[in-house]
Amino acid sequence: MSHIPVLIPLSLLVSSLLALLAGLRSPGWGHKISLGGVSASFLFSLAGIRAVLRDGMPLRYALGNWPPPVGIEFVLDSLGAYMTGIITFIGVVVLVYAPRSLARETPGREVYTYPAMLLLLTGLTGISLTGDIFNLYVFLEIAAIAGYALLATGDRAAPVAAFRYLLIGSLGGGFYLLGVAFLYFSAGTLNMADLQARLPDLVENRAVISAAAFMIVGLGVKMALFPLHFWLPDAYTNAPSAAAGLIAPLMTKVAAFAIVRFFLDVFPPSFLTEALPLVSTVGWLSAGGILFGSVMAVAQKDYRRMLAYSSVGQIAYVGLGLGMANPVGMVGGLLHILNHALMKGCLFLIGGSIRYRTGITQIAEMRGLGRLMPWTMAAFVVAALAMIGIPPTAGFFSKWYLILGTLEAGNWWWFGVIILSSLLTAVYFFRTVEMIFREPEEGDPVARIGRKRGAGVTGVGPSPEVQLGLGGATEGEREAPLSMLLPILVMGAAILAAGLLNVAIVNGLLAGAVAHAGG
Amino acid sequence: MITDFFLGRYPFLFIALLLVIGVYGMMMKRNFLKKVIGMTIFQTAIYLFFIQGAKKTGASIPVYSVDLGSASDAYMNPLPHVLVLTAIVVGVAITGVAISLLLVIYRRFGTLDEARILEQMRESA
Repeated sequence: MSHIPVLIPLSLLVSSLLALLAGLRSPGWGHKISLGGVSASFLFSLAGIRAVLRDGMPLRYALGNWPPPVGIEFVLDSLGAYMTGIITFIGVVVLVYAPRSLARETPGREVYTYPAMLLLLTGLTGISLTGDIFNLYVFLEIAAIAGYALLATGDRAAPVAAFRYLLIGSLGGGFYLLGVAFLYFSAGTLNMADLQARLPDLVENRAVISAAAFMIVGLGVKMALFPLHFWLPDAYTNAPSAAAGLIAPLMTKVAAFAIVRFFLDVFPPSFLTEALPLVSTVGWLSAGGILFGSVMAVAQKDYRRMLAYSSVGQIAYVGLGLGMANPVGMVGGLLHILNHALMKGCLFLIGGSIRYRTGITQIAEMRGLGRLMPWTMAAFVVAALAMIGIPPTAGFFSKWYLILGTLEAGNWWWFGVIILSSLLTAVYFFRTVEMIFREPEEGDPVARIGRKRGAGVTGVGPSPEVQLGLGGATEGEREAPLSMLLPILVMGAAILAAGLLNVAIVNGLLAGAVAHAGG
Repeated sequence: MITDFFLGRYPFLFIALLLVIGVYGMMMKRNFLKKVIGMTIFQTAIYLFFIQGAKKTGASIPVYSVDLGSASDAYMNPLPHVLVLTAIVVGVAITGVAISLLLVIYRRFGTLDEARILEQMRESA
């Protein structure tokens, strides 16, 4: 029996406790242990991906050596390996980024932030790996509780936003738990593989159908499925940049993944078809969410709030892929989990770097940043192009599969929604790009920063060069520190790599998992 | 006729009522602490749903006894109760986080009234 499935969440959980104990003695060690734990988990995830690709079958681990369905089992199948790879990769990148950013935005609280981040990752990897629907609830709430704590450490209004998220999140968790109760009392088991074997006999059972409905609503709240998204913009806007960079790419995606997992691996295949309007309802709500999120993002003035509304739109692509109920569309939705995690993680980290260096959060004040922070802004352009869906960046390929999926489903409305939202995304990102690469004017925050630093070094009056921050200031002073710049560049490179490698990812990990969907 | 309907289903009706009361409290009450109380009622209703589903008349505790043998009807199913215990632990953790958030909110805004907090947030923005 391979131990990899259990080692992925366990190394996160153990290092979370150690990081708290060590952090209370010396804060630096808290971060080192956290980074070590996440890196170990990332290596285990890579080993898991390798093992799944080599054997072509899932790794199963029975906890406590109790064989399923009596005991809880962890199943590292190709989808689980895909998800844990994404989660732990983002985890490593954000933990490298976090110390300088946290020290600036929430000084003195880092000691408690790292353990919470690791608990969040524990919950998320657990959701991706568990083969037991009640265990999934527990991991869902572990991730959620850690998320509430992380989001609450931000600005003055952050605790209020986090409290509202907590209320709606526990409502979602409660609905999911009700669904578990319905399923258990009708099928008599909690194990996913066992449920899949038993549920086809219970297709007509109204308790099973209500269980599916309860679970979709519950997980829909957690994934911010339109119109259950209203907690998200406030929560993300007020969070510390590093916490937002960790939560925004992962939290909603993993809930969306859980919904996909239920339809692929738990519910009988007939639940995917038109006989029950469950999946197509998710699809139509997602189509609404894509348009709503994109339109609202165009209207925002705050950079982080624009990204938050954009998240509402982008997460809905995953739901749209599920709604198509054909393999191509689902591959597109699942591929978008990876792509959007990279893009949105990169964009939130860039927002954090801008805030670290200049204190700017409003798009209108960003004039001249392209001169001040050229490398960061290069990564921004890559991420923005990927969000719009321009080849060869990653964002193009998931949209390509989604469009193929709409053609196969023959749904021209959804085809139109994808095209329209891409145009809207282009509007709100080109607006930002244009602002960044404009010359700073007198009185702009960026010009002030450049003059102050330049004048201090050269000791003469501000020349035009100095005003742009070019005179005197060295490269390192204008960009964010290397520990923040490097993660952003890695994410930017990963966006391109994920685009170029998309065929390998789809064929290796995704195509096999969704092959039986919709027949 | 109506009595039969209620006698057969009163646990479900009671649980449904609790669920509705809980959601009402979470959504409609203006005071944040009352919202937490609503959340607790909502969670309790779910625990009770598990408990009533595990009900078995005339069954013994789930410890093997020679007299009862291995007939599955003779013993209670312990699993739903274990699930509820776990769910209660999760619920306690959520309530704990909620109340600690309320502490921070009260220290910053001096009130737990939603409308007054929003007013203060608008003023400072």
